[in-house]
Amino acid sequence: MIFQAVILNIFAGKEIIMSADLSVKLCGMRMKNPLILASGILGVTKDSLKFMAGNGAGAVTIKSVSREPRKGHESPIVLTEGDVMINAVGYSNPGLREAKREFSGLRDVGAPVIASIIGADAEEFAYMAGNFLPGGFAAVELPLSCPHTPGYGMLAGQGRPEATYDITAAVKGNTKLPVIVKLSPCIHALGDVAKAAEKAGADAINMGNTAGPGMFIDPRTAKPLLGFRFGGLSGPAMKPIALRCVYDVCEAVKIPVIGTGGVTKGTDAAEMLMAGASAVGVGSAVHYRGADVFMRIAEELSSFMEEEGYAKIKDMVGIAHE
Amino acid sequence: MSERPVMFRIEKVEDEARDIRSFWFSGDMKAKPGQFVMMWIPGTGQKPFGISYQEKGRFALTVRKVGAFTERLFSMKPGGRVGLQGPYGRPFSGKGKGAALVGGGYGTAPLALLADVMSGKGKEVTLITGAATKDLLLYRKRFSGGRVKTVYATDDGSFGHRGFCTQCLLEVLKKDKIDYVYCCGPEKMMVKVFGICSERGIPAEFSLERYMKCGFGICGSCSLDGTGWRVCREGPVFTLDELRKVTEFGKHRRDCSGKREKL
Repeated sequence: MIFQAVILNIFAGKEIIMSADLSVKLCGMRMKNPLILASGILGVTKDSLKFMAGNGAGAVTIKSVSREPRKGHESPIVLTEGDVMINAVGYSNPGLREAKREFSGLRDVGAPVIASIIGADAEEFAYMAGNFLPGGFAAVELPLSCPHTPGYGMLAGQGRPEATYDITAAVKGNTKLPVIVKLSPCIHALGDVAKAAEKAGADAINMGNTAGPGMFIDPRTAKPLLGFRFGGLSGPAMKPIALRCVYDVCEAVKIPVIGTGGVTKGTDAAEMLMAGASAVGVGSAVHYRGADVFMRIAEELSSFMEEEGYAKIKDMVGIAHE
Repeated sequence: MSERPVMFRIEKVEDEARDIRSFWFSGDMKAKPGQFVMMWIPGTGQKPFGISYQEKGRFALTVRKVGAFTERLFSMKPGGRVGLQGPYGRPFSGKGKGAALVGGGYGTAPLALLADVMSGKGKEVTLITGAATKDLLLYRKRFSGGRVKTVYATDDGSFGHRGFCTQCLLEVLKKDKIDYVYCCGPEKMMVKVFGICSERGIPAEFSLERYMKCGFGICGSCSLDGTGWRVCREGPVFTLDELRKVTEFGKHRRDCSGKREKL
Protein backbone atom coordinates (compact mmCIF):
# COMPACT_ATOMS: atom_id res chain seq x y z
CA MET A 1 0.00 0.00 0.00
CA ILE A 2 1.24 3.47 -0.83
CA PHE A 3 1.55 5.67 2.21
CA GLN A 4 0.66 9.26 1.67
CA ALA A 5 1.46 11.98 4.07
CA VAL A 6 -0.94 14.85 3.83
CA ILE A 7 -0.28 17.89 5.93
CA LEU A 8 -2.79 20.64 6.34
CA ASN A 9 -1.27 24.00 5.83
CA ILE A 10 -3.60 26.19 7.86
CA PHE A 11 -1.96 29.40 6.70
CA ALA A 12 -2.45 28.73 3.01
CA GLY A 13 -5.71 26.98 3.69
CA LYS A 14 -4.48 24.33 1.28
CA GLU A 15 -3.21 20.80 1.58
CA ILE A 16 0.48 20.21 0.99
CA ILE A 17 0.88 16.81 -0.58
CA MET A 18 4.12 15.18 0.46
CA SER A 19 3.84 12.33 -1.96
CA ALA A 20 1.45 12.47 -4.89
CA ASP A 21 -0.33 9.31 -5.96
CA LEU A 22 0.32 8.84 -9.67
CA SER A 23 -1.61 5.60 -10.06
CA VAL A 24 -4.51 5.42 -12.46
CA LYS A 25 -7.04 2.86 -13.53
CA LEU A 26 -7.98 2.93 -17.18
CA CYS A 27 -10.08 0.33 -19.02
CA GLY A 28 -9.53 -2.01 -16.13
CA MET A 29 -5.75 -1.55 -16.33
CA ARG A 30 -4.03 -0.72 -13.08
CA MET A 31 -1.14 1.56 -13.91
CA LYS A 32 1.50 2.88 -11.49
CA ASN A 33 1.46 6.17 -13.42
CA PRO A 34 -0.56 7.60 -16.32
CA LEU A 35 2.29 7.35 -18.84
CA ILE A 36 1.81 4.92 -21.72
CA LEU A 37 4.46 3.99 -24.28
CA ALA A 38 2.81 4.94 -27.58
CA SER A 39 2.55 2.35 -30.33
CA GLY A 40 5.32 2.40 -32.91
CA ILE A 41 8.01 3.68 -30.61
CA LEU A 42 10.14 0.57 -29.93
CA GLY A 43 7.64 -2.17 -28.98
CA VAL A 44 8.78 -4.54 -31.72
CA THR A 45 9.72 -7.18 -29.15
CA LYS A 46 8.50 -8.23 -25.74
CA ASP A 47 11.84 -7.45 -24.15
CA SER A 48 11.78 -4.00 -25.64
CA LEU A 49 8.45 -3.40 -23.86
CA LYS A 50 9.99 -4.76 -20.67
CA PHE A 51 12.89 -2.31 -21.07
CA MET A 52 10.41 0.60 -21.24
CA ALA A 53 8.35 -0.72 -18.31
CA GLY A 54 11.60 -1.02 -16.35
CA ASN A 55 12.24 2.60 -17.25
CA GLY A 56 9.00 3.66 -15.62
CA ALA A 57 6.20 3.36 -18.18
CA GLY A 58 2.79 2.85 -16.55
CA ALA A 59 1.64 0.79 -19.53
CA VAL A 60 3.16 -0.10 -22.89
CA THR A 61 1.77 -0.53 -26.40
CA ILE A 62 3.19 -2.96 -28.96
CA LYS A 63 4.08 -1.93 -32.48
CA SER A 64 1.04 -2.61 -34.65
CA VAL A 65 0.60 -6.11 -36.02
CA SER A 66 -0.99 -7.04 -39.36
CA ARG A 67 -2.20 -10.41 -40.59
CA GLU A 68 0.75 -10.93 -42.95
CA PRO A 69 4.37 -9.84 -42.39
CA ARG A 70 5.26 -6.36 -43.64
CA LYS A 71 8.71 -5.01 -44.42
CA GLY A 72 7.60 -1.42 -44.07
CA HIS A 73 8.75 1.58 -46.09
CA GLU A 74 12.24 2.17 -47.41
CA SER A 75 14.60 4.06 -45.07
CA PRO A 76 14.88 6.79 -43.92
CA ILE A 77 11.76 5.97 -41.93
CA VAL A 78 12.09 8.57 -39.19
CA LEU A 79 13.94 11.89 -38.99
CA THR A 80 13.82 15.02 -36.89
CA GLU A 81 14.29 18.71 -37.38
CA GLY A 82 14.47 20.37 -34.01
CA ASP A 83 11.21 19.82 -32.17
CA VAL A 84 9.50 18.07 -35.07
CA MET A 85 9.83 14.37 -35.75
CA ILE A 86 8.56 12.87 -38.97
CA ASN A 87 8.04 9.18 -39.60
CA ALA A 88 6.84 6.82 -42.28
CA VAL A 89 7.72 3.41 -40.91
CA GLY A 90 5.00 1.72 -42.96
CA TYR A 91 3.81 -0.78 -40.35
CA SER A 92 6.76 -3.13 -40.56
CA ASN A 93 5.90 -6.16 -38.42
CA PRO A 94 6.46 -9.91 -38.54
CA GLY A 95 2.76 -10.75 -39.06
CA LEU A 96 0.17 -12.41 -36.88
CA ARG A 97 1.81 -15.83 -36.44
CA GLU A 98 5.26 -14.63 -35.47
CA ALA A 99 3.81 -11.81 -33.33
CA LYS A 100 1.79 -14.30 -31.30
CA ARG A 101 5.02 -16.08 -30.41
CA GLU A 102 6.82 -12.80 -29.74
CA PHE A 103 4.16 -11.43 -27.40
CA SER A 104 3.55 -14.48 -25.22
CA GLY A 105 4.16 -14.56 -21.48
CA LEU A 106 3.44 -10.84 -21.19
CA ARG A 107 3.35 -11.01 -17.42
CA ASP A 108 7.17 -10.63 -17.49
CA VAL A 109 6.83 -7.16 -18.94
CA GLY A 110 5.99 -5.62 -15.59
CA ALA A 111 3.25 -3.27 -16.84
CA PRO A 112 -0.07 -3.73 -18.66
CA VAL A 113 0.54 -4.40 -22.36
CA ILE A 114 -1.80 -2.89 -24.95
CA ALA A 115 -2.01 -4.68 -28.29
CA SER A 116 -2.24 -2.71 -31.51
CA ILE A 117 -3.77 -4.35 -34.56
CA ILE A 118 -4.33 -3.19 -38.11
CA GLY A 119 -6.46 -4.50 -40.93
CA ALA A 120 -7.56 -3.59 -44.43
CA ASP A 121 -11.24 -3.51 -43.42
CA ALA A 122 -13.65 -4.29 -40.57
CA GLU A 123 -13.56 -7.99 -41.40
CA GLU A 124 -9.77 -8.22 -41.18
CA PHE A 125 -9.78 -6.18 -37.95
CA ALA A 126 -12.29 -8.65 -36.51
CA TYR A 127 -10.10 -11.56 -37.63
CA MET A 128 -7.06 -10.00 -35.95
CA ALA A 129 -9.05 -9.42 -32.77
CA GLY A 130 -10.20 -13.02 -32.67
CA ASN A 131 -6.85 -14.59 -33.52
CA PHE A 132 -4.21 -12.37 -32.03
CA LEU A 133 -5.57 -11.00 -28.79
CA PRO A 134 -6.06 -14.04 -26.59
CA GLY A 135 -2.95 -14.24 -24.45
CA GLY A 136 -2.25 -11.66 -21.82
CA PHE A 137 -2.98 -8.30 -23.39
CA ALA A 138 -4.72 -5.76 -21.18
CA ALA A 139 -6.47 -3.89 -24.00
CA VAL A 140 -6.36 -3.46 -27.75
CA GLU A 141 -5.80 -0.32 -29.73
CA LEU A 142 -7.06 0.32 -33.26
CA PRO A 143 -4.98 2.93 -35.08
CA LEU A 144 -7.54 4.09 -37.61
CA SER A 145 -5.44 7.16 -38.18
CA CYS A 146 -2.00 6.33 -39.63
CA PRO A 147 -1.27 9.05 -42.23
CA HIS A 148 1.42 7.28 -44.27
CA THR A 149 0.56 3.66 -45.12
CA PRO A 150 -1.50 2.88 -48.22
CA GLY A 151 -4.33 0.47 -47.46
CA TYR A 152 -4.55 1.37 -43.79
CA GLY A 153 -5.68 4.20 -41.52
CA MET A 154 -6.27 7.62 -43.03
CA LEU A 155 -5.15 6.55 -46.49
CA ALA A 156 -7.90 3.89 -46.48
CA GLY A 157 -10.57 6.17 -45.08
CA GLN A 158 -10.67 4.32 -41.77
CA GLY A 159 -10.76 7.63 -39.92
CA ARG A 160 -14.21 8.54 -41.27
CA PRO A 161 -17.11 8.23 -38.78
CA GLU A 162 -18.86 5.34 -40.63
CA ALA A 163 -15.68 3.30 -41.08
CA THR A 164 -14.64 3.99 -37.48
CA TYR A 165 -18.02 2.75 -36.32
CA ASP A 166 -17.91 -0.41 -38.45
CA ILE A 167 -14.35 -1.38 -37.50
CA THR A 168 -14.84 -0.66 -33.80
CA ALA A 169 -18.12 -2.62 -33.69
CA ALA A 170 -16.53 -5.55 -35.55
CA VAL A 171 -13.64 -5.72 -33.12
CA LYS A 172 -15.92 -5.33 -30.10
CA GLY A 173 -17.90 -8.30 -31.38
CA ASN A 174 -14.80 -10.47 -31.44
CA THR A 175 -12.99 -9.69 -28.20
CA LYS A 176 -13.70 -9.18 -24.53
CA LEU A 177 -10.73 -6.86 -24.17
CA PRO A 178 -11.27 -3.14 -23.75
CA VAL A 179 -10.98 -1.44 -27.15
CA ILE A 180 -9.13 1.83 -27.60
CA VAL A 181 -9.65 3.73 -30.85
CA LYS A 182 -6.75 5.94 -31.92
CA LEU A 183 -7.80 9.02 -33.86
CA SER A 184 -5.99 11.43 -36.14
CA PRO A 185 -5.48 15.05 -35.05
CA CYS A 186 -6.06 16.06 -38.69
CA ILE A 187 -9.80 15.58 -38.90
CA HIS A 188 -12.25 18.47 -39.01
CA ALA A 189 -15.27 16.73 -37.49
CA LEU A 190 -13.21 15.16 -34.74
CA GLY A 191 -16.13 14.99 -32.33
CA ASP A 192 -18.20 13.01 -34.85
CA VAL A 193 -15.50 10.37 -35.25
CA ALA A 194 -15.02 10.11 -31.48
CA LYS A 195 -18.81 9.78 -31.04
CA ALA A 196 -18.91 7.06 -33.72
CA ALA A 197 -16.25 5.09 -31.83
CA GLU A 198 -18.09 5.57 -28.54
CA LYS A 199 -21.40 4.52 -30.08
CA ALA A 200 -19.79 1.38 -31.51
CA GLY A 201 -18.71 0.43 -27.99
CA ALA A 202 -15.14 1.75 -27.77
CA ASP A 203 -13.89 1.75 -24.18
CA ALA A 204 -11.48 4.64 -24.70
CA ILE A 205 -10.13 7.04 -27.30
CA ASN A 206 -6.45 7.59 -27.91
CA MET A 207 -6.12 11.17 -29.12
CA GLY A 208 -4.06 10.66 -31.05
CA ASN A 209 -1.87 9.67 -33.89
CA THR A 210 0.76 11.73 -35.70
CA ALA A 211 -0.31 14.83 -37.63
CA GLY A 212 0.19 15.69 -41.24
CA PRO A 213 1.41 14.02 -43.33
CA GLY A 214 4.31 16.34 -43.89
CA MET A 215 7.61 16.06 -45.66
CA PHE A 216 11.30 16.99 -45.47
CA ILE A 217 13.27 17.83 -48.61
CA ASP A 218 17.03 17.77 -48.84
CA PRO A 219 17.95 21.16 -50.34
CA ARG A 220 21.30 19.97 -51.75
CA THR A 221 19.84 17.19 -53.88
CA ALA A 222 16.24 18.42 -54.14
CA LYS A 223 15.02 14.97 -53.04
CA PRO A 224 12.37 14.12 -50.44
CA LEU A 225 14.19 12.68 -47.42
CA LEU A 226 11.81 10.01 -46.18
CA GLY A 227 11.76 6.77 -48.13
CA PHE A 228 7.98 7.14 -48.46
CA ARG A 229 8.41 10.91 -49.08
CA PHE A 230 5.58 11.80 -46.68
CA GLY A 231 5.28 11.02 -43.00
CA GLY A 232 3.38 11.70 -39.80
CA LEU A 233 4.52 14.58 -37.61
CA SER A 234 5.17 14.19 -33.90
CA GLY A 235 7.58 15.64 -31.36
CA PRO A 236 7.33 18.46 -28.80
CA ALA A 237 6.05 20.92 -31.43
CA MET A 238 2.84 18.87 -31.77
CA LYS A 239 1.72 19.48 -28.18
CA PRO A 240 -0.61 22.45 -28.84
CA ILE A 241 -2.49 20.53 -31.54
CA ALA A 242 -2.73 17.43 -29.37
CA LEU A 243 -3.99 19.45 -26.39
CA ARG A 244 -6.71 21.07 -28.46
CA CYS A 245 -7.77 17.74 -29.93
CA VAL A 246 -7.94 16.11 -26.49
CA TYR A 247 -9.92 19.07 -25.19
CA ASP A 248 -12.35 18.80 -28.14
CA VAL A 249 -12.81 15.05 -27.91
CA CYS A 250 -13.42 15.24 -24.16
CA GLU A 251 -16.29 17.62 -24.85
CA ALA A 252 -17.75 15.14 -27.35
CA VAL A 253 -17.56 11.80 -25.51
CA LYS A 254 -17.91 10.35 -22.02
CA ILE A 255 -15.46 7.46 -22.41
CA PRO A 256 -11.90 8.06 -21.14
CA VAL A 257 -9.30 9.63 -23.42
CA ILE A 258 -5.58 8.93 -23.65
CA GLY A 259 -3.82 12.17 -24.57
CA THR A 260 -0.89 11.59 -26.92
CA GLY A 261 1.22 14.16 -28.74
CA GLY A 262 4.38 16.06 -27.87
CA VAL A 263 4.55 15.23 -24.17
CA THR A 264 8.17 15.33 -23.03
CA LYS A 265 8.02 16.63 -19.45
CA GLY A 266 5.96 16.55 -16.28
CA THR A 267 4.04 19.75 -16.90
CA ASP A 268 3.19 18.59 -20.44
CA ALA A 269 1.57 15.51 -18.91
CA ALA A 270 -0.29 17.72 -16.42
CA GLU A 271 -1.59 19.91 -19.26
CA MET A 272 -2.79 16.83 -21.13
CA LEU A 273 -4.66 15.63 -18.02
CA MET A 274 -6.15 19.09 -17.52
CA ALA A 275 -7.38 19.04 -21.12
CA GLY A 276 -9.33 15.95 -20.12
CA ALA A 277 -7.04 12.98 -20.70
CA SER A 278 -7.18 10.16 -18.15
CA ALA A 279 -3.76 8.87 -19.22
CA VAL A 280 -0.93 10.21 -21.34
CA GLY A 281 0.84 8.67 -24.32
CA VAL A 282 4.59 9.21 -24.65
CA GLY A 283 6.45 8.50 -27.86
CA SER A 284 8.99 10.80 -29.48
CA ALA A 285 10.19 11.89 -26.01
CA VAL A 286 12.05 8.58 -25.88
CA HIS A 287 14.35 10.24 -28.40
CA TYR A 288 14.23 13.77 -27.06
CA ARG A 289 15.01 12.81 -23.46
CA GLY A 290 16.21 9.21 -23.50
CA ALA A 291 14.95 5.77 -22.55
CA ASP A 292 14.43 6.78 -18.91
CA VAL A 293 11.98 9.50 -19.97
CA PHE A 294 9.05 7.75 -18.25
CA MET A 295 10.76 7.84 -14.88
CA ARG A 296 11.74 11.45 -15.40
CA ILE A 297 8.26 12.61 -16.46
CA ALA A 298 6.72 10.69 -13.54
CA GLU A 299 9.07 12.38 -11.08
CA GLU A 300 8.41 15.79 -12.57
CA LEU A 301 4.67 15.20 -12.54
CA SER A 302 4.84 14.11 -8.92
CA SER A 303 6.80 17.23 -7.93
CA PHE A 304 4.36 19.40 -9.85
CA MET A 305 1.42 17.80 -8.05
CA GLU A 306 3.07 18.33 -4.69
CA GLU A 307 3.74 21.98 -5.51
CA GLU A 308 0.19 22.59 -6.64
CA GLY A 309 -1.57 20.44 -4.08
CA TYR A 310 -3.00 17.71 -6.29
CA ALA A 311 -3.19 14.45 -4.33
CA LYS A 312 -4.05 12.19 -7.23
CA ILE A 313 -4.19 12.17 -11.02
CA LYS A 314 -7.99 12.34 -11.08
CA ASP A 315 -7.85 15.74 -9.39
CA MET A 316 -6.35 17.18 -12.56
CA VAL A 317 -8.38 15.39 -15.23
CA GLY A 318 -10.44 17.82 -17.29
CA ILE A 319 -10.10 20.78 -14.94
CA ALA A 320 -9.18 23.10 -17.84
CA HIS A 321 -12.82 22.73 -18.94
CA GLU A 322 -14.24 24.17 -15.75
CA MET B 1 19.67 19.23 -32.90
CA SER B 2 18.23 17.50 -35.92
CA GLU B 3 18.47 13.87 -36.88
CA ARG B 4 18.48 14.18 -40.64
CA PRO B 5 21.10 13.58 -43.31
CA VAL B 6 23.61 16.27 -44.21
CA MET B 7 25.11 15.93 -47.69
CA PHE B 8 28.82 15.16 -48.07
CA ARG B 9 30.82 14.78 -51.27
CA ILE B 10 32.92 11.67 -51.66
CA GLU B 11 36.52 12.93 -51.76
CA LYS B 12 38.32 9.70 -52.48
CA VAL B 13 37.54 6.01 -52.90
CA GLU B 14 40.15 3.45 -51.92
CA ASP B 15 40.13 -0.27 -52.57
CA GLU B 16 40.91 -2.07 -49.32
CA ALA B 17 40.22 -5.67 -50.30
CA ARG B 18 37.99 -7.60 -52.66
CA ASP B 19 34.56 -5.90 -52.56
CA ILE B 20 35.69 -3.71 -49.66
CA ARG B 21 36.34 0.01 -50.15
CA SER B 22 36.95 3.04 -48.01
CA PHE B 23 34.98 6.15 -48.84
CA TRP B 24 36.66 9.39 -47.71
CA PHE B 25 34.84 12.59 -46.85
CA SER B 26 36.14 15.98 -45.77
CA GLY B 27 34.84 17.48 -42.57
CA ASP B 28 34.97 16.67 -38.88
CA MET B 29 32.64 13.86 -37.85
CA LYS B 30 33.93 13.99 -34.26
CA ALA B 31 33.14 10.32 -33.83
CA LYS B 32 34.65 8.04 -31.23
CA PRO B 33 35.89 4.59 -32.26
CA GLY B 34 32.95 2.19 -32.44
CA GLN B 35 30.40 4.82 -33.40
CA PHE B 36 28.56 4.74 -36.70
CA VAL B 37 26.78 7.04 -39.11
CA MET B 38 23.57 6.51 -41.08
CA MET B 39 24.29 6.96 -44.79
CA TRP B 40 21.50 8.07 -47.10
CA ILE B 41 21.66 7.62 -50.86
CA PRO B 42 18.68 9.45 -52.39
CA GLY B 43 16.32 7.01 -54.04
CA THR B 44 18.16 3.99 -52.64
CA GLY B 45 17.77 4.04 -48.87
CA GLN B 46 19.69 4.49 -45.65
CA LYS B 47 22.10 2.15 -43.85
CA PRO B 48 24.49 2.28 -40.88
CA PHE B 49 28.29 2.21 -41.35
CA GLY B 50 31.09 2.30 -38.79
CA ILE B 51 33.71 5.01 -38.97
CA SER B 52 37.09 3.49 -39.83
CA TYR B 53 39.43 6.44 -40.28
CA GLN B 54 39.37 9.85 -38.66
CA GLU B 55 41.98 12.52 -39.13
CA LYS B 56 41.87 16.26 -38.75
CA GLY B 57 39.38 17.53 -41.31
CA ARG B 58 38.59 14.18 -42.89
CA PHE B 59 37.21 10.74 -42.17
CA ALA B 60 36.32 7.52 -43.93
CA LEU B 61 33.87 4.63 -43.83
CA THR B 62 35.02 1.18 -44.89
CA VAL B 63 32.21 -0.65 -46.66
CA ARG B 64 31.77 -4.15 -47.97
CA LYS B 65 29.57 -4.70 -51.01
CA VAL B 66 26.81 -6.98 -49.81
CA GLY B 67 23.54 -5.85 -51.42
CA ALA B 68 21.63 -3.30 -53.46
CA PHE B 69 22.53 -0.32 -51.25
CA THR B 70 26.27 -0.97 -51.20
CA GLU B 71 26.25 -1.80 -54.92
CA ARG B 72 24.82 1.64 -55.55
CA LEU B 73 27.49 3.17 -53.29
CA PHE B 74 30.26 1.26 -55.10
CA SER B 75 29.05 2.73 -58.40
CA MET B 76 29.65 6.24 -57.03
CA LYS B 77 32.81 8.20 -57.82
CA PRO B 78 34.62 11.05 -56.07
CA GLY B 79 32.43 14.13 -56.29
CA GLY B 80 29.25 12.13 -55.79
CA ARG B 81 27.11 13.06 -52.82
CA VAL B 82 25.64 11.00 -50.00
CA GLY B 83 23.83 12.08 -46.83
CA LEU B 84 25.37 11.33 -43.45
CA GLN B 85 23.71 11.48 -40.07
CA GLY B 86 25.33 10.94 -36.69
CA PRO B 87 27.66 9.88 -35.22
CA TYR B 88 25.50 7.51 -33.22
CA GLY B 89 25.92 4.81 -30.61
CA ARG B 90 28.04 4.07 -27.60
CA PRO B 91 31.72 3.86 -28.55
CA PHE B 92 34.47 1.54 -27.34
CA SER B 93 35.69 2.66 -23.92
CA GLY B 94 39.39 2.66 -24.81
CA LYS B 95 40.19 1.06 -21.45
CA GLY B 96 43.29 -1.07 -20.89
CA LYS B 97 47.05 -0.51 -21.00
CA GLY B 98 47.69 -3.50 -23.23
CA ALA B 99 44.79 -4.25 -25.53
CA ALA B 100 44.14 -6.97 -28.07
CA LEU B 101 41.74 -5.96 -30.86
CA VAL B 102 40.19 -8.90 -32.65
CA GLY B 103 38.47 -8.22 -35.97
CA GLY B 104 36.92 -10.61 -38.43
CA GLY B 105 36.29 -9.55 -42.02
CA TYR B 106 35.10 -5.96 -42.36
CA GLY B 107 34.47 -6.00 -38.58
CA THR B 108 38.08 -4.84 -38.41
CA ALA B 109 36.99 -1.38 -39.67
CA PRO B 110 35.93 0.20 -36.35
CA LEU B 111 38.76 -1.58 -34.51
CA ALA B 112 41.34 0.00 -36.81
CA LEU B 113 40.17 3.45 -35.71
CA LEU B 114 40.31 2.29 -32.10
CA ALA B 115 43.88 1.07 -32.73
CA ASP B 116 44.79 4.54 -34.08
CA VAL B 117 43.31 6.32 -31.08
CA MET B 118 44.65 3.98 -28.37
CA SER B 119 48.15 3.76 -29.84
CA GLY B 120 48.12 7.55 -30.17
CA LYS B 121 47.68 7.71 -26.41
CA GLY B 122 50.76 5.52 -25.94
CA LYS B 123 48.95 2.28 -25.21
CA GLU B 124 50.17 -1.13 -26.31
CA VAL B 125 47.83 -2.29 -29.04
CA THR B 126 47.82 -5.60 -30.88
CA LEU B 127 45.40 -5.79 -33.79
CA ILE B 128 44.48 -9.31 -34.78
CA THR B 129 42.59 -9.42 -38.02
CA GLY B 130 41.27 -12.39 -39.89
CA ALA B 131 39.55 -13.17 -43.17
CA ALA B 132 38.89 -16.18 -45.37
CA THR B 133 41.66 -15.37 -47.81
CA LYS B 134 44.37 -12.76 -48.43
CA ASP B 135 42.28 -10.78 -50.91
CA LEU B 136 39.58 -10.26 -48.25
CA LEU B 137 41.99 -9.10 -45.56
CA LEU B 138 41.72 -5.46 -44.55
CA TYR B 139 44.43 -2.89 -43.86
CA ARG B 140 47.49 -4.97 -44.67
CA LYS B 141 49.59 -1.80 -45.04
CA ARG B 142 47.76 0.60 -42.70
CA PHE B 143 49.81 -0.19 -39.59
CA SER B 144 53.21 -0.74 -41.21
CA GLY B 145 54.54 2.22 -39.18
CA GLY B 146 54.83 -0.12 -36.20
CA ARG B 147 52.85 1.80 -33.58
CA VAL B 148 50.29 -0.98 -33.63
CA LYS B 149 51.40 -4.61 -33.53
CA THR B 150 49.55 -6.60 -36.16
CA VAL B 151 48.71 -10.26 -36.46
CA TYR B 152 47.03 -11.50 -39.64
CA ALA B 153 45.16 -14.74 -40.09
CA THR B 154 43.56 -16.30 -43.15
CA ASP B 155 41.49 -19.46 -43.21
CA ASP B 156 43.51 -20.81 -46.14
CA GLY B 157 46.91 -19.54 -45.00
CA SER B 158 47.29 -17.28 -48.05
CA PHE B 159 48.52 -14.48 -45.77
CA GLY B 160 49.74 -14.48 -42.16
CA HIS B 161 48.75 -17.31 -39.88
CA ARG B 162 46.71 -20.13 -41.27
CA GLY B 163 43.52 -20.47 -39.27
CA PHE B 164 41.13 -18.27 -37.32
CA CYS B 165 41.95 -15.06 -35.52
CA THR B 166 40.61 -16.62 -32.32
CA GLN B 167 43.62 -19.00 -32.35
CA CYS B 168 45.90 -15.99 -32.79
CA LEU B 169 44.19 -14.33 -29.83
CA LEU B 170 45.01 -17.35 -27.63
CA GLU B 171 48.67 -17.07 -28.60
CA VAL B 172 48.77 -13.32 -28.04
CA LEU B 173 47.19 -13.79 -24.60
CA LYS B 174 49.89 -16.32 -23.71
CA LYS B 175 52.78 -14.22 -24.99
CA ASP B 176 51.82 -10.61 -24.23
CA LYS B 177 50.49 -8.71 -21.29
CA ILE B 178 46.89 -8.16 -22.38
CA ASP B 179 44.46 -6.60 -19.91
CA TYR B 180 41.59 -5.72 -22.28
CA VAL B 181 40.09 -7.21 -25.43
CA TYR B 182 37.99 -5.47 -28.10
CA CYS B 183 36.15 -7.46 -30.72
CA CYS B 184 34.08 -6.90 -33.86
CA GLY B 185 33.20 -9.35 -36.59
CA PRO B 186 30.93 -12.24 -37.45
CA GLU B 187 28.89 -13.16 -34.38
CA LYS B 188 30.06 -16.80 -34.32
CA MET B 189 33.61 -15.48 -33.99
CA MET B 190 32.58 -13.01 -31.29
CA VAL B 191 30.97 -15.83 -29.34
CA LYS B 192 34.35 -17.62 -29.36
CA VAL B 193 36.19 -14.51 -28.22
CA PHE B 194 33.51 -14.01 -25.56
CA GLY B 195 34.21 -17.56 -24.29
CA ILE B 196 37.98 -17.08 -24.28
CA CYS B 197 37.78 -13.80 -22.34
CA SER B 198 35.07 -15.07 -20.01
CA GLU B 199 37.11 -18.16 -19.02
CA ARG B 200 40.19 -16.09 -18.33
CA GLY B 201 38.43 -13.20 -16.63
CA ILE B 202 39.70 -10.65 -19.16
CA PRO B 203 37.40 -7.63 -19.57
CA ALA B 204 36.21 -7.25 -23.12
CA GLU B 205 33.94 -5.20 -25.37
CA PHE B 206 32.08 -6.36 -28.46
CA SER B 207 30.43 -4.42 -31.27
CA LEU B 208 27.15 -5.98 -32.38
CA GLU B 209 25.45 -5.72 -35.73
CA ARG B 210 21.67 -5.87 -36.04
CA TYR B 211 19.12 -4.73 -38.61
CA MET B 212 18.85 -1.00 -38.05
CA LYS B 213 16.34 1.41 -39.48
CA CYS B 214 16.39 4.75 -37.70
CA GLY B 215 19.79 4.65 -35.97
CA PHE B 216 18.75 6.86 -33.06
CA GLY B 217 16.66 4.72 -30.80
CA ILE B 218 13.06 5.19 -31.93
CA CYS B 219 12.02 2.36 -34.22
CA GLY B 220 12.97 -0.66 -32.11
CA SER B 221 14.31 -2.73 -35.02
CA CYS B 222 17.62 -3.41 -33.27
CA SER B 223 16.26 -4.20 -29.77
CA LEU B 224 18.04 -7.16 -28.21
CA ASP B 225 16.33 -10.08 -26.51
CA GLY B 226 17.02 -10.52 -22.83
CA THR B 227 17.37 -6.82 -22.06
CA GLY B 228 15.52 -4.85 -24.74
CA TRP B 229 18.62 -2.70 -25.23
CA ARG B 230 18.85 -0.93 -28.54
CA VAL B 231 22.01 -1.72 -30.51
CA CYS B 232 21.93 1.84 -31.90
CA ARG B 233 21.74 3.57 -28.49
CA GLU B 234 22.80 1.33 -25.60
CA GLY B 235 25.22 -0.27 -28.11
CA PRO B 236 26.57 -1.10 -30.61
CA VAL B 237 29.42 -1.72 -28.16
CA PHE B 238 28.60 -3.91 -25.16
CA THR B 239 30.85 -5.18 -22.40
CA LEU B 240 31.31 -8.87 -21.77
CA ASP B 241 29.23 -8.63 -18.59
CA GLU B 242 26.41 -6.84 -20.40
CA LEU B 243 26.40 -9.46 -23.16
CA ARG B 244 25.78 -12.20 -20.59
CA LYS B 245 22.27 -10.74 -20.28
CA VAL B 246 21.66 -10.60 -24.03
CA THR B 247 19.98 -13.94 -24.62
CA GLU B 248 20.02 -13.70 -28.42
CA PHE B 249 23.81 -13.18 -28.63
CA GLY B 250 25.22 -15.88 -30.92
CA LYS B 251 21.75 -17.32 -31.49
CA HIS B 252 19.37 -15.18 -33.46
CA ARG B 253 18.64 -11.75 -34.85
CA ARG B 254 15.68 -10.10 -36.57
CA ASP B 255 14.99 -9.07 -40.16
CA CYS B 256 13.46 -5.81 -41.34
CA SER B 257 9.93 -6.95 -40.41
CA GLY B 258 10.99 -7.96 -36.88
CA LYS B 259 10.88 -11.68 -37.68
CA ARG B 260 13.43 -13.80 -35.89
CA GLU B 261 16.09 -15.55 -37.92
CA LYS B 262 18.79 -17.94 -36.74
CA LEU B 263 22.36 -16.74 -36.99
